[in-house]
Amino acid sequence: MSSVAIGKEKGFGATFWDYLTTVDHKKLGNMYFFAGLLFFAIAGLEALMIRIQLMVPNNDFVSAGFYNELLTMHGTTMLFLAAMPLLFGFMNAIVPLQIGARDVAFPFLNSLGFWLFFLGAIFLHLSFFMGGAPDAGWTSYASLSLYSPGHGIDFYVLGLQISGAGTLISGINFIVTIVTMRAPGMTFMRMPLFTWTTLITSALIVFAFPALTVALFFMLADRMFGSNFFDHTMGGNTVIWEHLFWIFGHPEVYILILPAFGLFSEIIPVFARKRLFGYSSMVFATILIGFLGFMVWAHHMFTTGLGPTANAIFAVSTMAIAVPTGMKVFNWILTIWGGSIKVTVPMIYALGFIPSFVAGGVTGVMQAVAPLDYQLHDSYFIVAHFHYVIVGGIILAIFGAAHFYWPIMFNRALNEKLGFVVFWLFFIGFHMTFFIQHFLGLMGMPRRVFTYQADQGWDLFNFISSIGALLMGVGVILLVVNMFLSIKSKPLNTRDYWNDGRTLEWAIKTPVPFYNFKQTPLVRGYDPYWIEKSEGNKEGMTFAEPIGEIHMPNGSILPLVMSIGLFIASFGALYHPDGVSWSIPVIILGLGITVASMIVRSFKDDLGFHVSKEEVIATEESLYGKGGNK
Amino acid sequence: MMKGLKKWRLFSLLAVMTVFLSACGEEYISTLQPAGAVGKEQFNLLLFSITIMALVTVVVSVLYIYAFLKFRRSKQGEDYMPKQVEGSHTLEVIWTVIPIILLLILAVPTLMSTYKLGDVSAMEQVDENGNKTELIVDVTAKLYWWEFAYPELGIVTSQELVVPTGEKVYFNLKAADVKHSFWIPSIGGKMDTNVENINKFYLIFDEESEGLKDGVFYGKCTELCGPSHALMDFKVKTLAPEAFDAWVASMQATEGQTASQDSTDLGEATFAASCLGCHAVSSVTGMPSGAAIGPNLTTFGDRSHIAGYLEHEKENLVNWIKNPEKYKPGNLMTNAYDPKKFSDEEINALADYIMSLSVEQ
Amino acid sequence: MDLNTKFTPKSWPDHAEQATLEGKNKFVGIWIFICSDIVLFASVFATYLSLKDSGPAGMDIKASELFGLELAFVMTMLLLTSSLTSVYAMYHMKNYNFKGVQLWMGITVLLGLGFLGLEIYEFYEYTVHEGFGFTHSAFSSAFYVLVGTHGLHVIIGLVWITGLIIRNAKRGLNLYNAPKYFASSIYWHFIDVIWVFIFTVVYLMGVLG
Repeated sequence: MSSVAIGKEKGFGATFWDYLTTVDHKKLGNMYFFAGLLFFAIAGLEALMIRIQLMVPNNDFVSAGFYNELLTMHGTTMLFLAAMPLLFGFMNAIVPLQIGARDVAFPFLNSLGFWLFFLGAIFLHLSFFMGGAPDAGWTSYASLSLYSPGHGIDFYVLGLQISGAGTLISGINFIVTIVTMRAPGMTFMRMPLFTWTTLITSALIVFAFPALTVALFFMLADRMFGSNFFDHTMGGNTVIWEHLFWIFGHPEVYILILPAFGLFSEIIPVFARKRLFGYSSMVFATILIGFLGFMVWAHHMFTTGLGPTANAIFAVSTMAIAVPTGMKVFNWILTIWGGSIKVTVPMIYALGFIPSFVAGGVTGVMQAVAPLDYQLHDSYFIVAHFHYVIVGGIILAIFGAAHFYWPIMFNRALNEKLGFVVFWLFFIGFHMTFFIQHFLGLMGMPRRVFTYQADQGWDLFNFISSIGALLMGVGVILLVVNMFLSIKSKPLNTRDYWNDGRTLEWAIKTPVPFYNFKQTPLVRGYDPYWIEKSEGNKEGMTFAEPIGEIHMPNGSILPLVMSIGLFIASFGALYHPDGVSWSIPVIILGLGITVASMIVRSFKDDLGFHVSKEEVIATEESLYGKGGNK
Repeated sequence: MMKGLKKWRLFSLLAVMTVFLSACGEEYISTLQPAGAVGKEQFNLLLFSITIMALVTVVVSVLYIYAFLKFRRSKQGEDYMPKQVEGSHTLEVIWTVIPIILLLILAVPTLMSTYKLGDVSAMEQVDENGNKTELIVDVTAKLYWWEFAYPELGIVTSQELVVPTGEKVYFNLKAADVKHSFWIPSIGGKMDTNVENINKFYLIFDEESEGLKDGVFYGKCTELCGPSHALMDFKVKTLAPEAFDAWVASMQATEGQTASQDSTDLGEATFAASCLGCHAVSSVTGMPSGAAIGPNLTTFGDRSHIAGYLEHEKENLVNWIKNPEKYKPGNLMTNAYDPKKFSDEEINALADYIMSLSVEQ
Repeated sequence: MDLNTKFTPKSWPDHAEQATLEGKNKFVGIWIFICSDIVLFASVFATYLSLKDSGPAGMDIKASELFGLELAFVMTMLLLTSSLTSVYAMYHMKNYNFKGVQLWMGITVLLGLGFLGLEIYEFYEYTVHEGFGFTHSAFSSAFYVLVGTHGLHVIIGLVWITGLIIRNAKRGLNLYNAPKYFASSIYWHFIDVIWVFIFTVVYLMGVLG
């Protein structure tokens, strides 16, 4: 791939191959986004089945065993395979543009990260067709997950191990990208908030995921290779799993919510037409949340019996997190204060987010009160709490950002009217489903129950909750319809679609060429594009270099091959405890494929390719017509 | 004057909250109608924290709605260009300090209560004869049922915990197979039963359960433990101290009670032949806590539910014996015997016999 | 980046490993990776400490009786020396002395192989002669996973450095592979540091009880 096919329609096969081998952050961003959407739909369907089952007491819509599979896969998929890739989609698509980079630091690893995630996710979902899905909850507490028969838990362990490796790789990649590849003039304190939150999130990934890797490895070894980490009859200890899982698991929550904060910090200033209030304290709060996120894991274990001193310490440290989070909320409110608020679809998601998230946040503080948590823990109250944070924070951010960044990602706009309909359906459905669950918890309903008896006073609230879930479902279906409709709509071929864009990604005309900015921009302050616009710069940006040769990375099929190797090896490990003769050979074959492709990769010099000045100009003209990107 | 007014407002807010919250739920299972000192303390913490949090939510919402209504573009004009403010140090300090103060206020009762509820030192106290001064119950959670042993009293029961009112009852919690969690919502918070260690805590039962709908408080397993996690219920009968003592005495009197294969009663004979291996019919078994394979059935006839959640009718017991898997999927009684080997007559007699086991009549 | 640029020791940049953007990325990247690896080892260490000496009822193997310091001391010396030789290699890289780089990296690999050989011998002894296999108890599982994870890191490091030595034998030193050598040497130091912790926590503290 020494030069670039310009302006030619490619056949399906070629396009397909292009996506299999691409290392372009924009294409990978789209792939993350759609893969995430796919798993979001699957997990959403699981949620609907859960709510249908609980709609009336003593229901037999699904069996008890299958219900446990549903609740496990719903949680696991939503967190690892839907929310994270959707956010990774935005990070990939937007962050390099926001910092004026040509691509990420390690494009090859970026592709590897995606394929590991994707094949890990596929592997996990194969469990449904191969003898039953994991059924010990997304937390997979050790005693139950060791006890669980069949291969469900093995699928969980191996699938998450593979996709977790992909996530870790992506985390490292984003940190390096943001540290080394910012455009000239973009100091750390001029970085847009989404880039900041991506940086901190990636740091959390780097520090949190290894704990999960270790926990999963212990589980894998216990279940498949006879070790005794969690077998108490052999001296093992299941509380180790709880610690390791939550040392990962709590930061994981912040891994998800921080980019959501970042996305809203981009959306709100644009539609308030006003600079983000208290930028530096927002950055400080982000870092502080990330830091404190590692100090609070045991608040998930208040009832495990760690003793009053541990509970007291973790209660107080958990409360402390409310302070930086509160700072953020007030800064957002002060950003719209005195602004000129235009209610668009992305903005209404942001406006809906603030009260929803505050509601989710304050119930979090209530659960930090350890003795009170003895009542709330593992009841429907906690279910309501974390759905308020995750749906009211992360999912609203993802939906809002999808509308916000659709023009950049796909050169199309989503329908505004349908967007509002979706918002209201989803928003009302969301509150209907989860607000009432707080009370179910207080009324004594434990979580993760496949059914309940009619005499406990929970019938009406459960019914209302299920109706709300159906509304959310309709909302999501319409959102997907909206996305499909946008394919048919006219290409935008414009820059700054919302007219009040402030950061670098809005300075570039869509469709974004594969090399991003034809000249690296020069950043002269915070909100660089806003500065240029307010100074009447007709070029759109000030550039740091003349048009010249551009160096780009080569595509490669190897990331996919490496991931397939691990995918194959996982089957060997999975069937190892069954005593089949082919298990070890399959493990060796799979790992061999991976190692061989690593050797191929490292023995070739991969220097990328150069796009000449003429090719750049020709590309620009083919994309934007005569005169190119002006 | 102002101060009084503020207090009055706070008080009324609290009152409204109380009314609102206590309207929810059934009294035998709701945390909002606590029937024990621990639960009441936790309920007070709930009210206290919810008040502070409601205050925060209201302040934020008012600011937010005001900003939103006032600064809309339709009001400001399409071309209005807001002042690009960087931030405000004063404001930042204010909204950092106020939450910290609120959290400190919340942290004080939290810490006090954490230590208070975590204090189990009295479990070791002994009187001059070396007997424990406090009532201690060993709870063992097993795949989908609960064993309650009273080591000092030498008795054991299952599925229905019986405790006296008005005193601290201490619990040793343990799981025999996978992790469970022990929760009586209307009495107080939960604690996990781990497989590798014994957790200790106490609860106080202030109200007698007799007047409740089924005459019992409801207890729940709150840690996912397999397919029948949702059905792993137990019940709590609280008795006045004298009544409790009487119950203990009648439990102790079952020592040596057993079922005989030679009995003329078909139910007892069948039971002795097929069930006695796992289910004891005497409360004094001499086994260590948690050692029993199946639930102790000594008090079966006194219970309010069958299998922890089914109505206490003979028909349900018959169905259960015929096919326990249908009522508690994944339970360990399934496959421990062959229900087909019983004739209908035998099952009928068996159910009659089991329903007749009682210490209260 | 042009691979055909010919360097002399004079024109060779001071920090060749960071002279290009790719080099700088690799430099930052390996440090971030090491950060995450530290958490990985921290988790395994914590597990080891909490499972040390614990096993089925009546287990008679104790760390204080099982572990000896002699072999561990030799292994420590081998690995510490290999760290030093990789520093020599980096020193030669700074002076654009490719032969020196290859030679000292080669010696590093040999020392690493020696370490690995002893570790395998040690595992063999414990498993076969002491009856302390992987599935023996929680203690044994934790021990093998902790020391084995480190051993796996050593293997990866050896494959990596050997690969570099072979693939660049004909290519010589340039700005494309200098960062690779540098990253591998940082990684090797890291492995060394981890071993010092293992020596302290497993062997010293084990023998002392």
